[in-house]
Amino acid sequence: MRALLSQSINLYAASLLIVSFAMISQRRILSLVHLYTTQGATLVLATATVAYLTNQPHLFYSAAITLALKVVLIPILLHRVIDRLDVRWDVETLINIPTTMLIGIVLVVFAFNLALPISQLSSSIARSTLGIALACVLLSFMMMIVRSKAIPQVIGFLAMENGLFFAATSATNGMPMIVELGIALDVLVGALILGVFMFQIREQFDSLDISHLEKLREE
Amino acid sequence: MLPATFPLFLTLLLPVAGGVVLGLYGHRDKGPELNAAFSAATLAAALWLTAEVVFGTSVLGFGERFFIDPLNAFLVALTALVGFTTSIFSMPYMRIEREHGKMTGPRMRLFHSMYQLFIAMMLVALTTNNLGVLWVAMEAATLTTVLLVSVYRTPASLEAAWKYFILCGVGIAQALFGTMLLYLAADRVIGGGEGALLWTHLAAVKEQLEPNILALAFVFLMLGYGTKVGLVPVHNWLPDAHAEGPTPISAVLSGLLLNVALYAILRCKVLADGAMTNGLPGRMMIGFGILSVVVAAFFLFRQRDVKRMFAYSSIEHMGLMTFAFGLGGPIANFAGLLHMTVHSLTKSAIFFAVGHATQRAGSQVMDEIRGLLQASPTLGWGLTIGSLAILGMPPFGVFASEFLILTSAMRQLPWATPVLLLSLAVAFAAVFGRVQAMVFGDTNLAATTHRPALFPVFLHLGLTLMLGLFVPPFLGQWYRQAAALIGG
Repeated sequence: MRALLSQSINLYAASLLIVSFAMISQRRILSLVHLYTTQGATLVLATATVAYLTNQPHLFYSAAITLALKVVLIPILLHRVIDRLDVRWDVETLINIPTTMLIGIVLVVFAFNLALPISQLSSSIARSTLGIALACVLLSFMMMIVRSKAIPQVIGFLAMENGLFFAATSATNGMPMIVELGIALDVLVGALILGVFMFQIREQFDSLDISHLEKLREE
Repeated sequence: MLPATFPLFLTLLLPVAGGVVLGLYGHRDKGPELNAAFSAATLAAALWLTAEVVFGTSVLGFGERFFIDPLNAFLVALTALVGFTTSIFSMPYMRIEREHGKMTGPRMRLFHSMYQLFIAMMLVALTTNNLGVLWVAMEAATLTTVLLVSVYRTPASLEAAWKYFILCGVGIAQALFGTMLLYLAADRVIGGGEGALLWTHLAAVKEQLEPNILALAFVFLMLGYGTKVGLVPVHNWLPDAHAEGPTPISAVLSGLLLNVALYAILRCKVLADGAMTNGLPGRMMIGFGILSVVVAAFFLFRQRDVKRMFAYSSIEHMGLMTFAFGLGGPIANFAGLLHMTVHSLTKSAIFFAVGHATQRAGSQVMDEIRGLLQASPTLGWGLTIGSLAILGMPPFGVFASEFLILTSAMRQLPWATPVLLLSLAVAFAAVFGRVQAMVFGDTNLAATTHRPALFPVFLHLGLTLMLGLFVPPFLGQWYRQAAALIGG
């Protein structure tokens, strides 16, 4: 049973990576939010499994916080923003999707190489998945760069935080509780502020295209 | 006799309480006074705390969760002082903005409440012993100021705030990864749990930490917190956020937040230096520092917006400090700490003067601001003296610290000296020419309805002058202790 569970961590990690790739290739905003929710749910499963295997109660708490925050609260918030602003259009990317997928593969190779020496030094149960966690961070980072609309950028930002959270779980069996709580609070407040922001941008520009936000250039 | 943690408790509690109270009453007529009162109380608590440390040694508080040593005590005092003077300056400033229709009641409430919370988060970041909490507080300090940068709701301010949020968010995410790696390294030596992120515990075992992990961790931490310090090439948010936000916010961002971020790097550098013997952290800081000084100096020439210009000047000075701490050694560290103090005092004084001038001219474009001296001698002289001080003219403190930095560079890294000198000369030519054009000539400034609070300008410049002429012995002792803590 234990062997099966510890294998399942690898499964969750692989799903996270696939979801990250799906996010890069997804052009519809609503599907992006669904993917984000899926990513959060996978993260909850992975964290809970690690918590069970290593018998660390504080990881259960952080899995519960993740569930509340990233599977319920933030997706609801995003849905409301999308409804209120009525933005369901397809997202245009700055680079076409096949090219971004290829760059994504290069990033994954890079992340695996970077993570290899670290995971060898780690004593954590899920250390082999550190490379995947780092790859998720880099993929979300790329998503923020290539998307020109505000909501996909925000989802990229939140997905990057998911990747970091998974990295913490896989490399170190989770950060101390107080830090996790603080990070969760920051993410929540950040998401709220971004929601407020969306309305302000919309009010000013009548659009959520970030390319309007390019007036401040060096002269 | 109260325990020494009591003033620490007060220092942290007062601004949080201020944030809550002003969140309820900040839009009232007396909101600005209430803001200043809370800042004054915080300053008093911080001075009490500082006095405890000066006459004693390090203080650990709340079960090792917070700690105070000479290094952060002096930054706590500085943060509380500039926080207080900025709140004084903002009283008439924000009232005038309200009369101009740029601020409304709810925006005033947001401004005052977030101002207090911002100060609180910086104080938490400075005093916490937990590197994870340090990260959380840094991120929270960003979050509190994002809505303040966009408070005028102009297209430019929204853009600046968006950039600020996204760039700092990405930057600080890297710092989180760095913190995680640090925790991983500590986990191997002192075991898991909260103790593995406490700086005092880490510093005790820093020689045993795995050097390879620490090297990688420091790279991420340097890039992450470096974004907040405004180091080139991750500085893009800084000029926009400074130029578009309300001036009191520009003053505290430049004078305080950048310092706190640099403080975070310094704490991490101590650990990385202990684990590694190859001096990589120092070399990285030297590289980032020189690059920032050079790039910022040349960008200074191209600026037309006065707040943007002084924002670039902040990048230049943060670069100089990073360079000094990168060199290391007692003199360079001493100079870096002194430079931190005088830059923060002088730059906030300049922003006060500039803020008042732009308010009266109704524009931030330098070509549209003329004749400050004719309109108001105090304002004109304040800006002139402040600019001369920040450009490193003797007898001000900036001259003393820059002189020390350059002489240590000459000894340890001779090739860097001409590069730095040239950049400082370029910065001088750029800024002084612009300031002269604004100060002299016939004025185009309108009168204001509220008396400006310009006394903080002269208070700050007076302190800078004092530090240039004579560093009081207890202060000198204190700087030396702090410099020793960061590996002097």
